Amino acid sequence: MSERMTVLKTYKLFIDGKFPRSESGRSMEVRTNAGDVHLCRASRKDLRDAVEAARRAQPGWARATAYLRGQILYRVAEMVEGKRRELAEAIAATGGKSAKAAKGRKTLSPEQEVTLAIDRLVHFAGWADKYAQVLGCNNPVAGPYYNFTVPEPMGVVAALAPDDRPLLGLVSVLAPAVVSGNAVVAVASSTHPIPAAIFAEACATGDVPGGVVNILTGDRSELLPFVASHRDIDGVIAINLSAAEGATLRKGVAENLKRVSIHEGVDLADKNTCEHPWWIEPLVEMKTMWHPASV
Amino acid sequence: MSEKDNGVATATPKAGWDYAPAPETVKVSIAAKYGHFIGGKFVPPRGVGKGEPSHFATINPANEQTLAEVAQGTTADVDAAVSAAEKAGRAWAALPGAERAKYIFRLGRRVQERARELAVLETLDSGKPIKESRDVDVPLVAAHLFYHAGWADKLPYAFPGRQPRPVGVCGQVIPWNFPLLMAAWKIGPALACGNTVVLKPAETTPLTALRLAEIIEECELPPGVVNIVTGDGRTGAALVSHPGVAKVAFTGSTEVGKKIAGATAGTGKKLTLELGGKSANIIFEDASIDQAIEGIIAGIYFNQGEVCCAGSRLFVQESILDMVVRKLRHRLGSLRVGDPMDKNTDVGAVNSKQQLATIEKYVRIGAEEGADLHVGGGTPTGSNPWASVNGGFSKGYFCRPCFFTGVQPAHTIAREEIFGPVLSVMSFRTPEEAITRANNSPYGLAAGVWTDKGGKIFDIARQLKAGVVWMNTYNKFDPASPFGGFKESGFGREGGVQGLRGYVQL
Repeated sequence: MSERMTVLKTYKLFIDGKFPRSESGRSMEVRTNAGDVHLCRASRKDLRDAVEAARRAQPGWARATAYLRGQILYRVAEMVEGKRRELAEAIAATGGKSAKAAKGRKTLSPEQEVTLAIDRLVHFAGWADKYAQVLGCNNPVAGPYYNFTVPEPMGVVAALAPDDRPLLGLVSVLAPAVVSGNAVVAVASSTHPIPAAIFAEACATGDVPGGVVNILTGDRSELLPFVASHRDIDGVIAINLSAAEGATLRKGVAENLKRVSIHEGVDLADKNTCEHPWWIEPLVEMKTMWHPASV
Repeated sequence: MSEKDNGVATATPKAGWDYAPAPETVKVSIAAKYGHFIGGKFVPPRGVGKGEPSHFATINPANEQTLAEVAQGTTADVDAAVSAAEKAGRAWAALPGAERAKYIFRLGRRVQERARELAVLETLDSGKPIKESRDVDVPLVAAHLFYHAGWADKLPYAFPGRQPRPVGVCGQVIPWNFPLLMAAWKIGPALACGNTVVLKPAETTPLTALRLAEIIEECELPPGVVNIVTGDGRTGAALVSHPGVAKVAFTGSTEVGKKIAGATAGTGKKLTLELGGKSANIIFEDASIDQAIEGIIAGIYFNQGEVCCAGSRLFVQESILDMVVRKLRHRLGSLRVGDPMDKNTDVGAVNSKQQLATIEKYVRIGAEEGADLHVGGGTPTGSNPWASVNGGFSKGYFCRPCFFTGVQPAHTIAREEIFGPVLSVMSFRTPEEAITRANNSPYGLAAGVWTDKGGKIFDIARQLKAGVVWMNTYNKFDPASPFGGFKESGFGREGGVQGLRGYVQL
């Protein structure tokens, strides 16, 4: 055989701008049509490390100009465009459900899923310097005061990707959180995690500051209770969780009043459903400021 | 620092004369006994357990006399109220927005017409000074109703690109510090967005909500659109856990708020919470000091300090600490504490015996942990810290406005919400330290910043983790201005276009 041996990629976690293995040393086997792949199975401590990295990175990201945040998210879209083939193959290789259509939903090829994910990144990148104009406002109070309301980042947001449409689902929870100045700890699809691991590389090369995006692969149902109970997670966004998973997550509200936003029954391929500022709105805090306007 | 820096003597001044009494003379009629307001009429309580009291007394906290007997809402009462709201819901939601608006406008007008009566009743039941119920609470009630009325036929403009739909029956539980105002904050947006309401007023302050029920009747709101069930925490628990309730709105303590969050988790109910606070008021050396002093006073002593957004942690830049403390002592001496019905009263009665006990606990802890107590009214601080703030009142629940200096960040009174006229004064050196210490709290409801430097005030305001930031002012409220907290002060906003979000599905 004169054919060259392929150099296989090792998929790892993405925490604080680096690619560590799980501190637990655990991995999980994912079947692909090109053989089995072992991915990191993130532990509670990995989650904690990711939250700490996100917390450190968040103030700087929030202070970055909206223009810059938009540029960086657009840059991630560029990087994903460059990885189009690898991502489509990864989606196809694990039998990602992109090929199958849930009832009444559009059928998506892996290539179409990647295209939609890129376009969604570009869509939200463009919101960076606009959502505050749509969600915030001046308030005409009955007195000599200048009063205005601005959306501010919530802080550290956990973003839980659905199992099906692993890339598009991840991008759909991640982009609205990142563009609005939050630092994100994302948990990839449990069943089809490889596209998320590849997407992390796009973030790393897309000028996303270390810690602003962290991506964990693993067993979502194992991590979910820890996400719910973590007191330094300010908000959660998730799509199409099971009722039981949703209930577990919402229990966390009672812990530290974290804001839990679960989008249910979402057709990820539908731009009208998934691309509007009301995806950003649950991930920001409205701050209202008053100042006398009189001498 | 020399005395001439500010021209204020250290001793509390004595004018040599006192104010003549200026009692509010309007009399209001109060029934001896009230039922619930369900399905458009007052009904007696139902399903009362054997041997259990069907009613309880609501008293005037200024003289401890019973004002009326109100019904203790049972699960059967809550059931009936939720059914009435469900039944009324479809027609109310289907009504053209412009028509819904006119009902709410009508409510606002009627509140204006009966303003004095409502203010007097509020002061009797809550203990707040008539000056405040007359000039703040009731005018804001009318303003909130007017503001939200106008939204009823304009909702699509509030949510660009979406078609907002009503949520359904709203179970709303409100506190005793702004009884009627909180009712208006809750009812206004709920009705404007096409929802129906079951409201539970606080146990100690049900009377103005019941008067509002009369006004609702007068305004011919369709029966069941607004239902009011009185009672204690058990009634509130029954309401928020009722399966017919689609949206829960609660204003009150963080402790209860977390319980409600746990109870509604996984039920599919929409939830907004407006909870406690320990808000920071930051005074820089380059502030207009005299204005800042007034802001500090308004921030902590307004409504006896029983305000969730009270500026209860004062951070003073070290260079002006002595001057600020001196001026605060001076200003405390001129606050008039006493009969809430007297038009000159600045600080009225604490709402309940229970709340007075809470305040007492914290005043004692503050002194025990080593902070120095300063009391208004010229009363010296003796060995018994509580006697110096509470002594001398024969009846009623009173607490003189006071503040502590020498407070450390770890002190209980620097961390926990007191909900009384008790201020914790601390100092800082740099803006960074001020921000770090202000944000070092699980709460994030409000904050104040005082400096005459424009760039600085915006920079600080931006970094404060608080839902409302008052810059060179404090404790201002308006229906067009969203109110609500970050972190453990709750979520969701009330007021403004953002306040509608909690009452619609998008």
